[in-house]
Amino acid sequence: MANKAIIELLHVTRRYRNNKSSAAHDISFKVEEGEVLALLGPSGSGKTTLLRLIAGFEAPDQGEIFLEGREVGSGTVFVPPERRGIGMVFQDYALFPHLSVAANVVFGLSHLNRRDQARKEDEILELVGLSSLRHRYPHELSGGQQQRVALARALAPDPIVLLLDEPFSNLDPDMRTQMQREVSSILEKTGSTAILVTHDHEEAFAMADQVALLNEGELEQHDTPEVIYHTPASPFVADFVGKADFIPGIVRNHLITTEIGPFPNKQELPTGTEVMVMIRPDDIDLIPNPRAENTLFRRQFRGSENVYRILLPSGQVLHSSQHSLTVYPDQTKVELKLKVTHTVVFEKSTGIFEKDAYGRYRVRSRG
Amino acid sequence: MKGDPARVAFHVQSALRHVEKMNRSSHAPQPLFSSNKRSVYLNWTGLSGWKLIPFSVAVLVMIPLAVVLFSFFTPSDDIWQHLVNTLLGRLLLNTFWLSLGVLGGTALLGISLAWLCATCDFPLRKFFNWALMLPMAIPAYVTAFVAIGLLDFSGPVQTNLRSWFGEDLSIPEIRSTGGVVLVMTLALYPYVYLLARNAFLSQGRRAMEAVQSLGHGRWRGFFRVALPMGRPWIFGGLMLVLMETLADFGTVSIFNYDTFATAIYKAWFGFFSLSSASQLASLLILIVFVLLWVEQKLTARTRYTQVEKCSARGDRIALRPLTGWLVCAYASAVFLTAFVIPVTQLSVWTMQVFENDFDVRYFSFLSHSLFLGGMGALLTVGTALLLVYAHRLHGSPFNRLMVRIATLGYALPGTVLAVGLFIPLAWLDNKLIALGKAWFSWDLGLILNGTLTAMLLAYLIRFLAVAHHPVQSAIKRITPSIDETSRSLRVSGFSMLRKIHLPILRGGLLTAATLVFVDIMKEMPITLMTRPFGWDTLAIRIYEMTSEGEWERAALPAMVLVLTGLFPIMLLTRNTREDGYGK
Repeated sequence: MANKAIIELLHVTRRYRNNKSSAAHDISFKVEEGEVLALLGPSGSGKTTLLRLIAGFEAPDQGEIFLEGREVGSGTVFVPPERRGIGMVFQDYALFPHLSVAANVVFGLSHLNRRDQARKEDEILELVGLSSLRHRYPHELSGGQQQRVALARALAPDPIVLLLDEPFSNLDPDMRTQMQREVSSILEKTGSTAILVTHDHEEAFAMADQVALLNEGELEQHDTPEVIYHTPASPFVADFVGKADFIPGIVRNHLITTEIGPFPNKQELPTGTEVMVMIRPDDIDLIPNPRAENTLFRRQFRGSENVYRILLPSGQVLHSSQHSLTVYPDQTKVELKLKVTHTVVFEKSTGIFEKDAYGRYRVRSRG
Repeated sequence: MKGDPARVAFHVQSALRHVEKMNRSSHAPQPLFSSNKRSVYLNWTGLSGWKLIPFSVAVLVMIPLAVVLFSFFTPSDDIWQHLVNTLLGRLLLNTFWLSLGVLGGTALLGISLAWLCATCDFPLRKFFNWALMLPMAIPAYVTAFVAIGLLDFSGPVQTNLRSWFGEDLSIPEIRSTGGVVLVMTLALYPYVYLLARNAFLSQGRRAMEAVQSLGHGRWRGFFRVALPMGRPWIFGGLMLVLMETLADFGTVSIFNYDTFATAIYKAWFGFFSLSSASQLASLLILIVFVLLWVEQKLTARTRYTQVEKCSARGDRIALRPLTGWLVCAYASAVFLTAFVIPVTQLSVWTMQVFENDFDVRYFSFLSHSLFLGGMGALLTVGTALLLVYAHRLHGSPFNRLMVRIATLGYALPGTVLAVGLFIPLAWLDNKLIALGKAWFSWDLGLILNGTLTAMLLAYLIRFLAVAHHPVQSAIKRITPSIDETSRSLRVSGFSMLRKIHLPILRGGLLTAATLVFVDIMKEMPITLMTRPFGWDTLAIRIYEMTSEGEWERAALPAMVLVLTGLFPIMLLTRNTREDGYGK
């Protein structure tokens, strides 16, 4: 039997107040019990709006939102946030500055008696590793500790779903990775269903079971992190979730011919269709060959890898990620060896691609 | 008595001080002119003069305080004994009930209106948002005589009511504790309103959303989160109200309601016992000191309050139509009684008496008010500027303490200052006269007392804090890196002052001058007790007319004061426009 859907959105639309355009447009998805969903997208993509719609801080203009099968938000029904049974971790944590750590954590537990509150307080503080700091005040804590308090406070009332609004964006990079791990393991321990809003695809990939990628209020793709990375549904997704280059090609005899070789025409596009083939830096291996026509230039050392830029004869540029110790000098002529297991092809006519000043193709930058 | 937004701003500042302390970057304010050997042009700034300025101003503030406090221990005369036996109990009780009543009233009005305007949506909210500040323009003593003129036994309200309902109608007497409390509440609630609204706005929507996400409704959120989080600001506002209440002279004397302020005046100008006056003043000062100590304790808690860059997202609480209109009616009632009715009545009276009353004397009242306001503003802002620069050049803990003491004067009631300055200045005058006689056989006369010097000194002490805050916040915008950039572009010394510092400071200096100017225009007890003979101002005219019960004739000068009082409010609304909530 399939897992129970904890959250379900059906054709949810939310319009900007003074504007005709939508902050979220016709969005539908489900989140199953124990699942972590990441709402991923650039700023202004509507991901935070969606989270606030689910929390009940905003009401949808159209569509329905269900929490555990109960309708909580639609054109006619509106359950206020305090009666939805959600837990929320805010971007700035929104800890109550006048209350101690312990008092913050039990704030949402007033329906329990003293003894149960104390038990729950101990349990949760133990879980997030803050037992020794329970009498401190928020301003006496580090960023990471504040975040753990925010998490503990949200988890204490056993919410149906935990909503996290860019929870790591206020931490410095070292702390961020560590907290991502910790939060992941806490969520796993408690078996919580969670929705995480983020603009960082690495964070989404590292923490979520499912990723919903949003762009300008539309849901572009909803799938596992692996599928989203390897077979993006649109050039936008391809570009957003990692480095991607696009090589123009044309469909001929069931093959797609490009400057760097043929690709299979899996979508069975008609002959003569102009397409773009997505190449990720880890899809290309380099073989030095003085007679080859491709030139390496500008190596970027990233510690664990070397990223090379490769100038093709047509003027197109590709990126290739190589082992950290594999160092080729500038201007080395190389042959390209493709390791592609799944070809990702987009039709060129979609108007999404544009040529830059050097005549290279790239995904049109928005806004 | 002074409806004075700068004092509000001052308290916002002290409430924010701790937050700022935490955010302050590590670099200390750099000397304007570096005192190392390379800047040879302006070596004089290295002199210890800069270090002496805050100290001297602090001493100036401490003198009247010390004099008054010292008199507490001096042997007392018969009049003092008489006052203790007949008056002191009533003074203490009156002061207690007045303070309690005004605190309760302003808290109720101020907090409720602030919460409604900051977080709810109701008809005419945007209008009330600033309109509810307008009563600040009316000095409490003006509201007071308008209220008595309207509601007294012979006033139009009672006369009409009696003619409709018969003679034996019993109406609560306006000249009562309740009456004074009501009038002062209506005049002073904007302090609490402003600061509380600031607090609620700065909490933004986040805090309330967090409450809701934890399963609590908004009412609970208000009492358990919004109110406690806003506590330092609200206490700051209430503290101001309390200090204004204790310092008030005009209102209570119009109501014939004996408090320390009126008793000090009577002891001095009625019984001619300066020592009794100063002993009464010392008691008042002790009360104020306790309050200052409490204030220090309370605002120290501010560090628990994080000021958040609030998000503009999120809706205001949409009240049901009926509730919305009820809220609108409530706000209208407050606005009408605290502003519209007094101003209307003033206008009516002004028109009635204008023809007979407006004569050449008014030019002298007005010119005296303007001259004192102008001179006082110049002196006070100048001193504030010196203090601020001295602190910037030598930000030592000692200087910080001295600046803090120098700006304590806002807590000293005008009556106390008048007494505390008169005594040492009289002593100094006598010494000078003796010196003049001995050395030059020349009678100098009074140089200090009963001259503008004493008055201006008193104004300076009382209003230095008012001027200090805007100048201080203006100078904070001149960061050390601005000085460094300027130097690296080879602009330093006086041309840096002229080209960079002055333009940046100009707005702050103007604000400071306006606030002090208006405050001095409205000031009553200092002017009354230290003015040279014949130096009557608009405020004095009001005092004289009201002490004869001539409410209509007091309206004309009052109208002028109300109009000038609108300036600071305009400044204030300009500075507090940002709004954390959706429109």
